[in-house]
Amino acid sequence: MTSGIEGAHQVREYLTIYFNGEAYRVPKGLTIMKALEYAGFRFTRGAGCRGGFCGACPVVYRLPGDYKIRVGLACQTAVVDGMYISLVPYVPLVEYVPKRGELRPDPGYVLKLYPEISRCVSCNACSKACPQGLSPMDAIQAILRGDLKKAAELTFDCISCGLCSLRCPAEIRHPPVFRLVGRVVGLYYTPRSKSLEERVREIESGKYGKVFEKLLSTPTSEVRRVYEEFLKTGRLPQSLEVG
Amino acid sequence: MSGYPPELRKAIEVVEETRRERLRAPPPRRLTLDERESIVRAWHPDYKPELKRALGVGPCKGMVMYSTIADLLESWPLVRPGEVDLDHVDYDVDVLIVGSGGAGLAAAWWAVEEGVDPTGILIATKLRLGDSNTVKYQSGTQAATGPDDSPVIHYLDTLAGAHFTNNPRLVRVLAEEAPLVIKWLEGLGVRWSRVGEDLERLSGGGASRPRLHCCGDYTGLEVMRVLKDEVRALGIPVLEFHSAIELLTDPETGAVSGAVLLNLDTGEYRVVRSKVTVLATGGIGRLHIAGFPTTNHYGATGDGLVLAYRVGAGLVDLDTLQYHPTGVAWPEAILGELIPEKTRSIGGQLVNTKGQRFVYELEPRDVVASAIIRECTEGRGIITPTGTCGVWLDTPVIDMLKGSGTIRRELPALYRMFLRHGIDITVEPILTYPTLHYQNGGVLIDEWTHVLRPSGEPLGGLLAAGEVTGGIHGKNRLVGNSTADIFVFGRRAGIEVSRLVKRLPKPRVSLKHLESFTEELKLLGVPESRRAPILLPDYRGEAVLRRVIKL
Repeated sequence: MTSGIEGAHQVREYLTIYFNGEAYRVPKGLTIMKALEYAGFRFTRGAGCRGGFCGACPVVYRLPGDYKIRVGLACQTAVVDGMYISLVPYVPLVEYVPKRGELRPDPGYVLKLYPEISRCVSCNACSKACPQGLSPMDAIQAILRGDLKKAAELTFDCISCGLCSLRCPAEIRHPPVFRLVGRVVGLYYTPRSKSLEERVREIESGKYGKVFEKLLSTPTSEVRRVYEEFLKTGRLPQSLEVG
Repeated sequence: MSGYPPELRKAIEVVEETRRERLRAPPPRRLTLDERESIVRAWHPDYKPELKRALGVGPCKGMVMYSTIADLLESWPLVRPGEVDLDHVDYDVDVLIVGSGGAGLAAAWWAVEEGVDPTGILIATKLRLGDSNTVKYQSGTQAATGPDDSPVIHYLDTLAGAHFTNNPRLVRVLAEEAPLVIKWLEGLGVRWSRVGEDLERLSGGGASRPRLHCCGDYTGLEVMRVLKDEVRALGIPVLEFHSAIELLTDPETGAVSGAVLLNLDTGEYRVVRSKVTVLATGGIGRLHIAGFPTTNHYGATGDGLVLAYRVGAGLVDLDTLQYHPTGVAWPEAILGELIPEKTRSIGGQLVNTKGQRFVYELEPRDVVASAIIRECTEGRGIITPTGTCGVWLDTPVIDMLKGSGTIRRELPALYRMFLRHGIDITVEPILTYPTLHYQNGGVLIDEWTHVLRPSGEPLGGLLAAGEVTGGIHGKNRLVGNSTADIFVFGRRAGIEVSRLVKRLPKPRVSLKHLESFTEELKLLGVPESRRAPILLPDYRGEAVLRRVIKL
């Protein structure tokens, strides 16, 4: 099993990266994660979905000739010649996971669990750290204004990597705060779908049972014919209509 | 700024020149069922006999499947009888759930809902809680919730999409109960995308009604956030970085009675005894079958297939795999990552090197993948700087069709992923080629998720749900049906667990099932170096592997 970097794929150029201070020569064009694997590392921690969705692989790095510490996701950030890399596989945030019934549609409830959000000084260090390009600061400010809906909307794409919290001078635990707000908004500020309710009622009353029993005892060739007909006309034959 | 090198910039000109005309022209016509079948037979990897062989051991001996999967099933176990101390049980539980993706967490939740004591459950998961393919899913979940739709139409679409190779009884459960799980998740606070007060329903390949339910571009992320929260709030114990490496069986009945887990950090084993075990281990993308890149998460190495097969499970449809038609073909950094079907649902066009559309973009996945492979094989694809081939997925047309801002609103994850590599998909098209996405077949189950022997008789003590199972999707799965599957059958597994734990006694544990299995391996001459489950892929470069000393 290979990652397809060698073999069928042509490696044209190499560059040098530094991981934990050690130099490694790796093909150009790889992500930090793939480059370190190519160099011989095997991850147990710090690798998850490998597609930018799970937040398992925060990374801090520095570029040559620059003093700034930058952050990103190891599975999404391409290596640069001379890059210095360090991985952050785990951010130990303390969080509260209340039972559903305990969640309250009230900004005061969020503040009570996570009082440090009131210490936000709007420095925006969190937003600069966000690999998703979100603005955690605006979301925190929205919570402080009492606008949980806005906060939930602003942080819907948060992958809980924790990089913002590592940078926050007010020690705000952004990911669990945002998950809590998301739950509250999902439970209390989101309309319930009436058509869905209606369909569920139909199913639970057994409305489709007979038609399914009939279909299950129909030979495949006939089901196939019915479907071809359905594709042409957009209608099911009367025998399959639900009463 | 363009992230494309000059040769690709040049190739893009054709796409740009033909864009206006393509917008005016009608889409390629939909294929008939016969035409679908003929293009798939001609171009799909599933129809390449050189990639397949007959399995040489176990209850499905002789079954033809992908050789890579046969190799995995014909592997020596990581532990042999006598090598682990089974008299010392570390976790004595009612229910062991292996895997913490959508199916595993749905099973855990529903077991508790139906009265199982949460502290009698143990979730063992290879990576972190929720690390799975589920967290990556974008294009939504199929469920016939719309007034113009019906579970019956969903059922027929699903059968036809698989060329009528599925188990109709399982498809009925899928189609009839999919709306129930959408409602269940809505009730837990999952924020399904809406149009006004009602659910938004998007079109998907092979579905004759719009019935994909999304949460923006981060559907799986949202659903898993909620399910993880729920599972933790319920107080269900979770062991992270613990992989199941072998099931345990009752030495007399052969029923499954727990598992041996491996702590991936320390290398220690742990013995779990359980009345019921639920396999929710997911799929096999990280085996890179036929050399394809994959959309799958890091742990998708087919462990569940290996474990279930050694205790006698039947298998089905492992001669087919789903290659998602639109994986990233370039840049290399994100090779194989998913370009979600939604990109085509909302108007993205597949275009060859001549600037022509060559397939109706919302055909079933195997058809679209076959058409892309055909274009590349017949020289109408674009050669990338790393020597691979792809076709264009023209994304800027989406904003032209649906209004400026559509891409950034509907596909923020995709937009971000490419922007990180200097490509703005609202302005430039992207290069795509099929990527290994889904294990269509798997372990044989019945409607209540009991794992069956090839004879159809239940193994006892073992349930399975999600990608590890087979029969629901036959030889080709439709978009959005895998996540309908994990929630519908995960829920059923949880409900069934609650019935089983009440009536089953504490079982005895052994590795007796390995005796005859390893005897067969020896007879077949399988080298002892081939061991499974493999747990995680090995991506070290060849220069490193040539010099590695195995300790």
